[in-house]
Amino acid sequence: MFKRKKTLTGERLYRKIVINTILVIIAIVWTVPTLGLLVTSFRTPEAIHNSGWWTAFADLGSFSLDNYQAVIFGEYSDSAGNVVTASSINISTAFLNSLTVTIPAVIIPILIAALAAYGIAWLRFPGRKFFFAAIIGCLVFPLQISLIPILRDFQQLQITGSYLAIWFAHTGFALPLATYLLFNFISTIPKSIIESGKLDGASHFTIFFRLIVPLSVPALAAFAIFQFLWVWNDLLLALVFLSGTGGAMEVLTQRLLNMVGQYGQDWQLLTAAAFISMILPLIVFFTLQKFFIRGLVTGSVKE
Amino acid sequence: MQNKLDYHSQKDEIAKISIPHTIGSLLVFIFVPCIMLFLLRYGFIVLRDSDAPRFITTISAIIWGVGGVGVLYAVTNWALSFLPLKIRDKVEPFVFVGPAVIIITWFLLLPALRSFYLSFFSKWANDFSGIENYIYVFTNRTMIQAFWNNLLWLVFGTGITVVLGLTIALLADRSSLEKTLKSFIFLPMAISMIGAAIIWKFVYTISPDSSQQIGLLNAIVVACGGDTVNWLIMRPWNTFFLIIVFVWMQTGFAMVILSAAIKAVPDQLLAAARIDGANEMTIIFKIIIPYIKRSLITVSTTVLIATLKTFDIVFTMTQGLDGTEVLASQQYKQMFKFFHYGRGSAIAIIIFLAVVPAIVYNLKHSTIWKEK
Repeated sequence: MFKRKKTLTGERLYRKIVINTILVIIAIVWTVPTLGLLVTSFRTPEAIHNSGWWTAFADLGSFSLDNYQAVIFGEYSDSAGNVVTASSINISTAFLNSLTVTIPAVIIPILIAALAAYGIAWLRFPGRKFFFAAIIGCLVFPLQISLIPILRDFQQLQITGSYLAIWFAHTGFALPLATYLLFNFISTIPKSIIESGKLDGASHFTIFFRLIVPLSVPALAAFAIFQFLWVWNDLLLALVFLSGTGGAMEVLTQRLLNMVGQYGQDWQLLTAAAFISMILPLIVFFTLQKFFIRGLVTGSVKE
Repeated sequence: MQNKLDYHSQKDEIAKISIPHTIGSLLVFIFVPCIMLFLLRYGFIVLRDSDAPRFITTISAIIWGVGGVGVLYAVTNWALSFLPLKIRDKVEPFVFVGPAVIIITWFLLLPALRSFYLSFFSKWANDFSGIENYIYVFTNRTMIQAFWNNLLWLVFGTGITVVLGLTIALLADRSSLEKTLKSFIFLPMAISMIGAAIIWKFVYTISPDSSQQIGLLNAIVVACGGDTVNWLIMRPWNTFFLIIVFVWMQTGFAMVILSAAIKAVPDQLLAAARIDGANEMTIIFKIIIPYIKRSLITVSTTVLIATLKTFDIVFTMTQGLDGTEVLASQQYKQMFKFFHYGRGSAIAIIIFLAVVPAIVYNLKHSTIWKEK
């Protein structure tokens, strides 16, 4: 018996090495493209065009922050050495615009969805099940189906090309999933908690904000991260609802798209700008990975 | 107990209130939120037309947006307290559920019907044109190409993502480095599709001077003694090079969910199989995969839906040129480049019809219907 166990350990060790090697190779393959972007963003245009980024480690002194300076302040040197100011490569305004779009487009749908989820889960009213089925049923609509009608409504309301338009759009398209996820959580809160609130004479709003919200933080956070990455990385809705504003309201994804079109071979600008656009999602991703994964596991209906 | 008594006496008192008072309070309930809406609209106009520095506009817009919604709810709740209790109980649920229902109706339910209606109209949606748009969609060469490509996306995008995700999840489950390695594979999920497009455009890039390749893929090809390839214009393989980007982004998602499912397989089950002398392959195919079937379905349908709606990758990497067009990129072009709302709507309806079975199947397997 003892001997058998020992040979198994040897076999296991061998297997473990093989598995770890395969996984490490996959992880390297997965990371190299991003690494290439990061390294390139610190190199000079000449270096980028004359040698592969993987050769850059031979001369670490050639790394500089010039490319970041260029995209943050919207100034770069052309081939003749003149400093050119181009607002079309200015990433900092686009960054602010992305923030302006994202923060409300995350908070507003969560608030509306959480209230609706509470109402469906804990208030008794006629048509409750019907409303619930209708909200969940709307998960079947791809957002493409709404673009033209909604754009026309916004034109009528004269809010196209405003933040309000895109907040509305993100809220509308997020609500079915948000309600679905938050309902799953809020409906499992013990009834006694809500009853105790009622006995104290609290209104439903008070119960919601004082009892339900604090208890639902994990679910709210999971959806918030989900929605944050969704909105921050969205291109389609930004193109549809924010274009026509002459670039003043362009978000990061739009600006990157335009830069790809205009500066397709200026890798020093593209890579630095792309990396700046990734910083915030990567921070959120690394600090809140636990919540994010939980959100994904419970919310794998969207995307 | 004391509280409960108070609650009841309060209720009796309110029940006695007269009809004129009821009407008055209803008016308050309706008008106060309306006034609030009007004030918010005024704020919107001021904000939109202001020339304040960027940073200040940003902050005030965020406060206006988030605060506005909060204030609307607060004011409605306050107005609610003027209503007699009987009516309040009837109205209150709709204050909670109403906004969500109204917004969803406006943004998804009605647009679906309106898009269906629009799909029978000509360019700019002026004249009724019967099923002309649908004939166009199914006969036009670019559209047929788009259908074909979407099929490739669906089969290979979904297939490779799920198989790779499952393989990595199974391997990682048996690895001591699980957490770290999974983070690396999961990382692309946080990146925008356009960011990924730039990353991969750089991998695929080709330099005219064949010995000095700055794109990783061509450098490898040259180092192996091959000729450089312009990956993104090489029909029909370019679609596959776009699918690789998608797989790169989505595998982490498949891996995380399948990994969680694998962890939920009871240890006794695995131990029993091992005692019976089953080898790892048998355990994987006969026990683990059947056990995580539900999660496999969820992951597959979710990824499948994403392939049907794929837009960003194609739109940023090739603009749909060189035979890489897909349905969503064609739809965008028809709507916002050619302003052919009818055709755009027809394509949207087709995307919808393609997505529905997957989502219905997905929802049917969801646990939600059992609870309520």
